[in-house]
Amino acid sequence: MTIAAEARPTTQPEQSWLVRLFDYKPFLIFICLLPALGLLLVFLSYPLGLGIWLAFTDTRIGRSGIFIGFENFESLWHDPVFITSVWNTLLYTGVATVGKFGLGLWLALLLNNHLPFKSLLRALILVPWIVPTVLSAIAFWWIYDPQFSIISYVLVDVLGWRDTYVDFLGSPWPARWSLIAANVWRGIPFVAISLLAGLQTISPALYEAAMLDGANAWQRFRHVTLPMLMPILAIVLTFSVLFTFTDFQLVYAITRGGPINSTHLMATLAFQRGIPGGQLGEGAAIAVAMIPFLVMATLFSYFALARRKWQQGEDND
Amino acid sequence: MTDQAAAPRPHLVDKERTGVIDWSSGPRRFITLYLPLSIFVIVLLFPFYWMAITAIKPNGELLDYKNNNPFWVKSPTLENINKLLFQTDYPQWLLTTMTVATVATALSLFASVLAAYAIQRLKFKGSNYVGLAIYLAYLVPPSILFIPLATLIFQFGLYDSQLALILTYPTFLIPFCTWLLIGYFKSIPYELEECAMIDGATRLQTLWKITLPLALPGLISAGIFAFTLSWNEFIYALAFIQSAEKKTVPVAVLTQLVEGDVYHWGSLMAGALLGSIPVAILYSFFVDYYVASMTGAVKE
Repeated sequence: MTIAAEARPTTQPEQSWLVRLFDYKPFLIFICLLPALGLLLVFLSYPLGLGIWLAFTDTRIGRSGIFIGFENFESLWHDPVFITSVWNTLLYTGVATVGKFGLGLWLALLLNNHLPFKSLLRALILVPWIVPTVLSAIAFWWIYDPQFSIISYVLVDVLGWRDTYVDFLGSPWPARWSLIAANVWRGIPFVAISLLAGLQTISPALYEAAMLDGANAWQRFRHVTLPMLMPILAIVLTFSVLFTFTDFQLVYAITRGGPINSTHLMATLAFQRGIPGGQLGEGAAIAVAMIPFLVMATLFSYFALARRKWQQGEDND
Repeated sequence: MTDQAAAPRPHLVDKERTGVIDWSSGPRRFITLYLPLSIFVIVLLFPFYWMAITAIKPNGELLDYKNNNPFWVKSPTLENINKLLFQTDYPQWLLTTMTVATVATALSLFASVLAAYAIQRLKFKGSNYVGLAIYLAYLVPPSILFIPLATLIFQFGLYDSQLALILTYPTFLIPFCTWLLIGYFKSIPYELEECAMIDGATRLQTLWKITLPLALPGLISAGIFAFTLSWNEFIYALAFIQSAEKKTVPVAVLTQLVEGDVYHWGSLMAGALLGSIPVAILYSFFVDYYVASMTGAVKE
């Protein structure tokens, strides 16, 4: 192909220098990468560095700050609201991830059967994931209403299991569990459909072989399904942990960190301190405090990818 | 029928049959498969039903569970939707969201096609590392970027303008689209492009006339997915837009329709529902592309 590229100007001498320039490989590579890398450098890499710098300054909105070392982090360390937000984030990520993956894997296994209307079913199940999170969060807000909650109505007036309406969002612990439930609800479709794709790549021959060797259903799941699903599971898990850890929308929409700052995640606290509060430096410090966790998740993903490149198939280079 | 199928079969045979190929029939299949599956579907879809039914309920029914069955609506009304469309800036918000999502998607697709082409087709030293760097960019979440980005947007004089969103959305769209398209380009035989180049086509002509038409399904996947992601984006739109009439739908519904302590649930739900409809329509047309792009298994 390089021969063709070099030979052409002699056969078609009327081509202008511009055309030749755009066919010159190093120039073309540069031009092709420019828009993507340019946007990413200006609006992603630079802000990332700027954010780390801001975390060490006392910048406020409308006033550029000076370098103050670790002061932001020190004051955060003694800030009970921040410590609560860290625990909330860990609890939220941990419990929601377990919930999403337990239920998502179950749903994927159910969908992997021969079912009527399978594609319609799959389409319906993905809907919670397609719809804007904030908008479904508003629906949850209404579902969790203290006076008109439909869950309370069912529990109290239909089933008679409780005497009083549940106060979902009025006190810290119920509010946390309500948020986790909403997050699990939103996360199940993604996990289920991704894992279903993984399940469908497992050859039925493996199950037949296992059955011939006398493996029961649990053993087949444990020794065939799970190992074969591991690569995709690792990647979906990484993404899910990453996005749950940095979640903002659900909490902001349903509780805004309340009651009395007890349900703040690190992201919502960073927003509250940084944008409406105007303490850009402190907000950035909270955001930067998330980075160590994200780096761990990313490394995990990288090694999982390096080991099994499920996404690209076997002809990976 | 179910009894006939289950009863005469000896226990041993039944056990052997319970594989992935053939589940045991009858009541057991109902308990282990259809029952949990229907519960899943009901739970996953209930909030949307609830949203829709609330949106068309008159206020009297909405706040009175004693005399009305809350799961149904006796006299549906379009009052809430009417109020939303003609007494608020809702159409304006829809238009803004649509514009931002469309332009950001087009920009990201343009940049991603070129980048993916450079990485996958114009192999160069370090192209794998550029690919990896772009993949890593996908792992940087908006939650840690919005504060420094806000100062940046302010410095550029873009605060409170659509351009701020159009330029920042590609930061999470480009990595995703590029990654998807690299995978897609890989599945197209390189020989086709070689033939075109031997026939005297330049590289850009080859990209435009050979590679892109073949990669159309991948482009559609990336495009609708990017559109959905931009439509759903929240934190940047919340942080960078100040004026009520310039907000996007997700932000505006949450911040403009909630007035004080009195929540107008009917119009809130109508707002949420209407804001979901455009992506839902797009989704219903392109379900398979969504699934393909989500699972990354774009190869047919």
